[in-house]
Amino acid sequence: MGLKRNVSLKDALRYQGKGPMLTFILHRIGGLGIVTFVGMHILASFLGGDFGSFVNNIYEHWAFQIVIFFCALFHAINGLRIVILDLWPKLIEHQREAIWIEWAVFLPIYGMAVLVIVRTALGG
Amino acid sequence: MAAKYRTLSLAKRGFDFEIFMWLFVRLSALAMYLCAFIGLVGALMLGARTQVNLADLIRWTFMPDSNHVLMNTTLNNIANTEAWASLFWKIMGSTFVAFAVSHGLHGLLCVVEDYLKNHLVRRILRIVGLLLTFAMIAIAIYVFWTR
Repeated sequence: MGLKRNVSLKDALRYQGKGPMLTFILHRIGGLGIVTFVGMHILASFLGGDFGSFVNNIYEHWAFQIVIFFCALFHAINGLRIVILDLWPKLIEHQREAIWIEWAVFLPIYGMAVLVIVRTALGG
Repeated sequence: MAAKYRTLSLAKRGFDFEIFMWLFVRLSALAMYLCAFIGLVGALMLGARTQVNLADLIRWTFMPDSNHVLMNTTLNNIANTEAWASLFWKIMGSTFVAFAVSHGLHGLLCVVEDYLKNHLVRRILRIVGLLLTFAMIAIAIYVFWTR
């Protein structure tokens, strides 16, 4: 198997793919965020003790929740778009519109969630 | 812009391990959506609307583990705590975590391998990823069934 990848990370970051590329990058970042979050959370509840409560205190911080909720929600909604387009390949014709719909679904939900998180952080 | 998109049938494309994992990632995503939906509906049937706050309902939806609602809830007036820790929810949680970890670590390997050229390193990382998947699933299931 001759795998040749001559594109460096720097070139990849400079690539201007606009909307679809943005969802691709955010999907990756979100996925990595969830893997880190869930992995640390499972380990923290397994180990318990001081380390466990230290990690769990980070999770309950409002700033962390804003970030991780972005990761989880974007990954979930973008993932659903990918699943639908991949399992029904004829819909790929409408992929641009699909991304617009995705943002239209994501932004209100995320906006409301951030509002609730910030309001709770400010004392309900 | 009337581009024609060609799709190959599965028989012509061949069904190898890469295609299997490609399909697995999509189907496990759908399975996690189903798990989250069952968790949300189940929590509401258990009385979450009046007994649990929104944050704990979301926590429960993403992972139906009894600790997620019994330890954290601020309303804290759940009448029947056994119902939240029943066998059904333990099996649901284990299913969810098995899909989530295998989906997540496969994704992590996909991302890492995109920036790696060395064949040996890739092979080692695949083995490490596989071992990590089994270890994380085992740890999570241990946490579910013992506390």
